[in-house]
Amino acid sequence: MACHLLLTDFTLPLKSPKLSHSRQQRKGRSNGSRKVSTTVAYYGLKTPPYNLDGLEPYMSKRALEVHWGVRHRGFVEDLNRQLRKSDILYGYTMDELVKTTFNNGNPLPEFNNVAEAWNHDFFWESMQPGGGDMPKLGLLGQIEKDFGSFTNFREKFVETALSLFGSGWVWLVLKRQDKRLAVVKTSNSINPIVWEGIPILNLDMWEHAYYLDYKNDKAKYVSMFMNHLVSWNAATVRLACAEAFVNLGEPKILIA
Amino acid sequence: MAVRSLATRKTLTLGLNSTRLTQSRALQTFSLPDLPYDYGALEPAISGEIMQLHHQKHHQTYITNYNKALEQLHEAIQKGDSSTVVKLQSAIKFNGGGHINHSIFWNNLSPIREGGGEPPKGSLGWAIDTNFGSLETLIQKISAEGAAVQGSGWVWLGLDKELKKLVVETTANQDPLVTKGAHVVPLLGIDVWEHAYYLQYKNARPDYLKNIWKVINWNYASGVYEKESA
Repeated sequence: MACHLLLTDFTLPLKSPKLSHSRQQRKGRSNGSRKVSTTVAYYGLKTPPYNLDGLEPYMSKRALEVHWGVRHRGFVEDLNRQLRKSDILYGYTMDELVKTTFNNGNPLPEFNNVAEAWNHDFFWESMQPGGGDMPKLGLLGQIEKDFGSFTNFREKFVETALSLFGSGWVWLVLKRQDKRLAVVKTSNSINPIVWEGIPILNLDMWEHAYYLDYKNDKAKYVSMFMNHLVSWNAATVRLACAEAFVNLGEPKILIA
Repeated sequence: MAVRSLATRKTLTLGLNSTRLTQSRALQTFSLPDLPYDYGALEPAISGEIMQLHHQKHHQTYITNYNKALEQLHEAIQKGDSSTVVKLQSAIKFNGGGHINHSIFWNNLSPIREGGGEPPKGSLGWAIDTNFGSLETLIQKISAEGAAVQGSGWVWLGLDKELKKLVVETTANQDPLVTKGAHVVPLLGIDVWEHAYYLQYKNARPDYLKNIWKVINWNYASGVYEKESA
């Protein structure tokens, strides 16, 4: 369960279906009723918590217009279109839908759309204007504990991002069983929540994420992300939420 | 002193001999093949900017990393370091595959005034009609499968030499077509990695796939087909 700090886009019209098009909500319910009001669920496209030019010059407005406005929007719209065809998958939160459609490694057709929608929501919030710099206090302490030092963590994150073959994402994730932070890379649209990891940060390493601004210079993109975009604020809140589910040990209480 | 210089000379010759020995088993290094046309020659189907980046940066990087991986593999084999040998396989598959695939790709494209886009004639044209009904049907199929590739990969028209038929396949990342079957020979490959089209077509991969047919070099594909089906 991730803590999403989100602004839902309520500008998307919630369409109500024509009454003549009735559907069974659950198996076994008779379709004898004349007026069946059906419930339709739609996912909305959430806007990033900053203006589209807010990440300039490290991520251009143009890049965000295409990446968020066209590609991310496309995933949400395609997902809604898929869900319209069948109501078996109604009623899930996005997290639940990602895990369900992942189907233990044999993903259903909806998986790609919902996972990419999730990944991109998480990504916009993993960045902020004036980001970068270093985490503080508890999060820094946990990073130092699990990686040795912030520098080690940063090296590992960058190395993992640059060694991805093909399309994918790189994550800072809290591993539940191991009770520690780790850097992982995933291919295409895979997301650590499918194996019960708790994501803390992610970085989109698909070429579309950096090509408009950096062409093939992946290293510069990753470096700019670490130096100027990454939101340690978001990461801190996420880790704090995660600690409700994962016991990371006694907190260090500072005595004045 | 004389003894020492003798020894030095001996080790020198020994050293030289061993260098000669390793040189005779020397590693071939790969280099970037030239494009048979200018970067801008495929416009407007594919922009000159993309062609230049694709060739000089992406393909070159695959070659550089392929050479590096092969050198490391060579060392590991000589040392009998099996875990390194196995560990290097994915880097070799990825970078070597990238080199193989792109080398084919440059030949699969041709400027319009040099025959790009002209439909295949001869035995390949006939084989396409037999296997798929028509060239249009084949083009639809390849475009649809290319558009459906999730993430990065390639879409291919291949000749299955064993079954003696044409096949349309997709491969992920830089996997070469041979990973789909030892007897499958690539005739035509289309790169659907985002770097192949993003600067020009942004998200619209189907538009890229629609336009690329204007510069597909069917002559090359025909040549390979005739040679491999002989």
